[in-house]
Amino acid sequence: MIEVPLLRRASPSTMVDEDPAAGSFRVHRGAFVDEDVLEREKARIFDHCWLYAMHESEVATPGDFVSRKVDGKPRMFVRVPAGVLRAFFNACPHRGMSVCRKKSGSARTFPCFYHGWTFDLQGKLVALPDAAGYAGGADMSGKGLRPVARMETYRGLVFVNFDAGACSLDEYLGNAKEYIDLMLDFGDGEVDIAPGQQRYSIRSNWKLLVENSIDVYHAHSTHNRYFNRFLPDMGLPARTWLNVSDQAPGRAIALDNGHAVVETMVRSGPLMKTAATELAQVRQRLVEKFGEERAAQIADYGRNLLIFPNLLFISTWRTIRTIYPVAPGYMEVDAWALLPRNESAELKRQRMDNFISFLGPAGFGTPDDVSGLESCQRGFFDGADAPWSDISRGMHGTPVAADELQMRAFWRRWQHLLDAVPGPRSYGDAPRASNAPACEHESACAEGGHHG
Amino acid sequence: MVETAERVRNDVPPAQQLEALTREAESFLYHEAALLDEWRLDEWLALMAPDAHYRVPPLDLPNAAPGEALYLIDDDRQRLDSRVRQLTGKTAWAETPRSRTRRLVTNVRVTAADAEGFTASSNFAVWRFQFDNTDVYVGRYEHTFVRSGEHLLVKERKVVLDLEALRPHGRISFIL
Repeated sequence: MIEVPLLRRASPSTMVDEDPAAGSFRVHRGAFVDEDVLEREKARIFDHCWLYAMHESEVATPGDFVSRKVDGKPRMFVRVPAGVLRAFFNACPHRGMSVCRKKSGSARTFPCFYHGWTFDLQGKLVALPDAAGYAGGADMSGKGLRPVARMETYRGLVFVNFDAGACSLDEYLGNAKEYIDLMLDFGDGEVDIAPGQQRYSIRSNWKLLVENSIDVYHAHSTHNRYFNRFLPDMGLPARTWLNVSDQAPGRAIALDNGHAVVETMVRSGPLMKTAATELAQVRQRLVEKFGEERAAQIADYGRNLLIFPNLLFISTWRTIRTIYPVAPGYMEVDAWALLPRNESAELKRQRMDNFISFLGPAGFGTPDDVSGLESCQRGFFDGADAPWSDISRGMHGTPVAADELQMRAFWRRWQHLLDAVPGPRSYGDAPRASNAPACEHESACAEGGHHG
Repeated sequence: MVETAERVRNDVPPAQQLEALTREAESFLYHEAALLDEWRLDEWLALMAPDAHYRVPPLDLPNAAPGEALYLIDDDRQRLDSRVRQLTGKTAWAETPRSRTRRLVTNVRVTAADAEGFTASSNFAVWRFQFDNTDVYVGRYEHTFVRSGEHLLVKERKVVLDLEALRPHGRISFIL
C-alpha cells in the first residue's frame, strides 16, 4: 500500500522519547500544539490530579469567600461559621447561574438573582420562591449547591480534586511535603497570601511555563538584563546573592509523583539589604526552633518546587504560581506572594519589592520569559522541520540545578498519565529500587488516572 | 487615593486658574505620550523629578497603598532609571524588537493644586502591536506635578489599569 503523506503533520503516540545510553531525551513538539493532546491532558491529568485552588488565609473569617476558576471550572470557597472550609460548584443547581459573582468578599447567603433561589454558607437552599410550583413543595433538601468532589489542605494550602476516587492529598504530595515545609517555614511562623493577585496569560502552551519555572539554565541568557543591568544599577553585583554554577552547582531532585525541585545556594534575596538586620533575626529564630542544619536548609537555599502538574513555589521571590491551559497555545497564570504573618511592615514591603523586581508581568524577569515562551510557540508551528525539543542536559552524569532532570521527571510523569499506565513513585533519571505505585487507588494520581 | 467630589471642591483652584492648569497638564501629557510612543525614553526620564515614583497598582486592588499590596510596578527613581536603561539596552528581550505603541490621552482634569504643583487625572488607551498581536491597555493616569523653574516635573506617575487581568496582554514590558 502506498503511504500518502499527510497534509498535516501527525504526532507520534509517545511524545517523550528517551535513550539513556545515548544521553538523549526528546519531547515531540506536537505535545505543545495538538488539540487532542490538550483533550487528553484535561481528561487524564487535570481531572485526576490534586490542583491548588487557594490559601486558607484568603478566607480567614467565617462568611469570607473567594470564587475563582480551577482548571477553567468556576468554583467557590467559603469559610463557614464552625471554621470549616467548603468548596462548591459556583452554579445554581436550578439553571446554572453563578451564585457568587464577586471574586472575593464576605457573605451570609448566596442569592441567585435569576429566580431568587438562595443558599446559605453551607450550600443549603434556604429560600425557594413560589415553592408550590414544585412537586416537593417547600422541601428544599437535595437542592443545595453541589460540593467539589474532594478538597483537602496541607498547611493552609487548599487543593481540590475533581475525582472522588483520588488518593489523599497527603499521599499525592508524598515527599514533596518536605520541600513545601522548607518553603513555608522561612519566616518562622504562619504565612499569609499578600493582598494583590497577579493574573496574566501567555500565548503559549502551559507546559512551557512548567519547564521555564524550574529552569536554572536559562537565567543568565534570558535574564541577562536582570543580572547584568538591574542588579548593578542597584549597587548589587550578581555574585553577592547568586552563586553561579561554577561556585555551587546546586542540585535537582525528582520527587514523588512527578513533583520535582531545583535547589541552589542563595544567601538572601537580592534587595534585602536594608532589611538585613531583621532577616538575621529571623534566621536566628529558625536556628533556635529547628537547629542549625534545618535553619540553613530553610534560609540559605533558593528552591523552585514543582507540584505536578501545574503548581510552583519559587522561594527567592516567595511566590506561589499556578498555570492552567485554555488552548494548546494559550495559558492563564496566577501568582501570589506568600509572606510571614509576623514580620514587620518594612520587611514585608522589602519582600514584595523583591518579588516584583523580577517576577510578574511588569517585573524585570517575567516579561522576557513570557516573550520567550511565546516565541517558542510560534516556532512550533514550523515543527515539521524541527519536531523535537531537547531536554537531555545532565543525563550523562550527575545532574546539577542548571541541568534538566527536574523537567524530565515532569515529562515522564506526564507521558505515563497520558498513556494511563502505572508509573513508578519517582521519575528521576535512574529510577530507585522502589517501583511501588505511589497511590494505592487505581483511579488516582500515580496510577495514571482512570477515565471512563 | 479615592477621589471624592468633596476633595475636588476643596482643592481645585478658581475657574480661570483651573483652565490654565488644565491646558498645562494637557500639553504635558500629550508631549509625554509622544515621547513614550516614539521610544524617546531618555527625554521622557528627564521629565521625572529626582524623587519620582512610577507605580502600577494591583489590578484587583487599585486603591491599595504602595507597600501594602503586591503592586505590578513600584519604581522609585533608582529603579526607574534602571528600567529605562534596560529598555534602551540590548537585552530587554520582551521589547526586542520594540513594540509599536499608540496612546490616546483624554478627559484631563486637574484634581488638586497648591503653590508647589498640582495633580491631574486623565484617561488613556494604549494600543500595543508586536508579533502580530494587538493588545489594548485601558486605564487612568494620576500625575503629581511639581514646579521646577519654568518646567513641570513628575513627582508621582500612577497608572491605574481598568483591566481585570493582563489577559491576553501577558505583560507590561514597555512604559505604560
